Amino acid sequence: MSSGSLGAYVLRRLLVAIPLILLISLGVFALVNLAPGDPARALVGSRQASPETLAAIREQYNLDDPFVVQYLIWLRQALTGDLGRSIQGSQLVTTMIWQRLPLTLFLGLYGSLVALGIGIPLGILAALKRGSEVDRGVVTLGVFGVSAPAFATGIFLLYVFGVILGWFPIFGQGEGFVGRVWHLTLPAVALGISVLGLVIKITRASMLEELQKDYVAFARARGLGRRRITVSYVLRNALIPVVTAAGLIVVGLLTGAVLVEVTFGLPGLGMLLVSAVTQRDIPVIQGIVLVLAIFVVLMHVAIDVLYTLIDPRIRFGRVEA
Amino acid sequence: MKLEEGPVSPSIPSGLAADATGRAGRIPLTVWIAMAFVLGAIVCAAFGPQIAPYPANEQNLLLGDTPPSAEHWAGTDLLGRDVLSRTIVGARTALVGPAIVAAGAFAIATILGLTAGYIGGAADSAVMRWVDFMFALPGPLIAIVIVGVVGGGFWTAVVVLVVLFTAPDTRIVRSAVLEQRPLPYIEAARTLGIPRTRIMFRHILPNVLPIIAAYVVLDFAFALVSLAGLSFLGLGVSPGTADWGRMLFENRTILFTNPMAALLPAAAIVITAGSINIIGDWTYERMSVR
Repeated sequence: MSSGSLGAYVLRRLLVAIPLILLISLGVFALVNLAPGDPARALVGSRQASPETLAAIREQYNLDDPFVVQYLIWLRQALTGDLGRSIQGSQLVTTMIWQRLPLTLFLGLYGSLVALGIGIPLGILAALKRGSEVDRGVVTLGVFGVSAPAFATGIFLLYVFGVILGWFPIFGQGEGFVGRVWHLTLPAVALGISVLGLVIKITRASMLEELQKDYVAFARARGLGRRRITVSYVLRNALIPVVTAAGLIVVGLLTGAVLVEVTFGLPGLGMLLVSAVTQRDIPVIQGIVLVLAIFVVLMHVAIDVLYTLIDPRIRFGRVEA
Repeated sequence: MKLEEGPVSPSIPSGLAADATGRAGRIPLTVWIAMAFVLGAIVCAAFGPQIAPYPANEQNLLLGDTPPSAEHWAGTDLLGRDVLSRTIVGARTALVGPAIVAAGAFAIATILGLTAGYIGGAADSAVMRWVDFMFALPGPLIAIVIVGVVGGGFWTAVVVLVVLFTAPDTRIVRSAVLEQRPLPYIEAARTLGIPRTRIMFRHILPNVLPIIAAYVVLDFAFALVSLAGLSFLGLGVSPGTADWGRMLFENRTILFTNPMAALLPAAAIVITAGSINIIGDWTYERMSVR
């Protein structure tokens, strides 16, 4: 495959993503009208509003124009990086998002490291020792991983490692890299466990499927070592479904991050979203949802590209065509 | 050369039940335990106020938050309410919401999936385009935002989750229907001139129902966790309701004085959802092995 065709493929996928992002932006914008009552009043939030303030708000947000015009004005501003101002304290929404982003990003990466670092080896181990006590143990762990929401795991971790043992801090986000790792370990483990079950299930199922393929029997018949077969043939093929499921894992991590940040009182993007939702701070909600939704869409594009790079059989969708 | 050691499902549900069974027909111990827990939760949901030692909302502000004692086995929360009673009574909202979500989502998904899978053509591409769109969205975050902005509490949360759950369920029903379509009995039915809707609902539906049933159970567990998450964030239930997610949120600050106030509802969520998942996985194995 030449790099030119790869570039063309990426471009094509991005072009498909654009209408999707536009559709999402329309839904995000419509949030103002979704709130019960007068949109102007929704934008004022819980503040006291005199008729003059309401009139000013209507003017500022072009609320007297038709919906489509309002949307286009908003979209033009959003495209230039202007997502409006918070109704609480009138801070710029983009500034607020930028301030909160590093913490959530750190938490997300740390959490996915926990989930993949524990989940993939456990899934492989369970598949190799299929039907044994180890397998049953790992699968049960996976079931509870799926069933335990991040906030429930978080409370248990806080109690055991924070309150009883006192190994980890209970509050705060830490100073410097080491301090941050130290403070975010419990939240990251809680976050990791929330998607651990998914990772274990997918890894185990695809390992089991690959182990039964003819090429494994052929390699065995040729007298290749078990380790060599597992590592250089089975594993490489078995991890493809894990990459495909990365989209699910990322959405799981995003949701988990919201819950974990609230549980541990961490001032990240998730916490900002929840406080904006409770205060009905529409511009902030719109900004965060738009950013996260675009992130998820682009993530899906990246996964598709990665997928075609890993699996040479799929040459940019030519197989299905 | 025969390689298969046994039927292995490559799909998401795990192999716990099938591996633990050994022989077909016997119900494994884990599933028995899970069923016992679910039965316990159902009894609490039905007769909670009668079983609970105290009224769930009886406050005792002078008492405040206390650790477990002889009078209050799981202690009390900040308002002096009995934690054990609130957890028992909370089983009702914990089970009723997910039941509606799972049933509602699958009722819609069955109609859409049958139409897309059997009729195909434009109907199929329209339905699948919508499913793909839903898959591209961060669903749970959208639920948080919509329930928060629209307000309306419990019922808004249930409706939003039904819509979000319908997309993956439709995909499942559709692929099950696609497996049935080329089979001889369908061809026979068509040759006999049986109308399409009758073939869909009287001939295909009974054959895909078992696999749907297993997914309904798994959906139920996922809905329980999702609704608990929403009420943990203060959405979906009104303040003061005896609800597991809500209790966890209210009591997470008194982890030092009465840890049970947060740990007991947390355990209730994990054990109930875990048990339902185990039963769902087991049902799935039973249905797909056959």
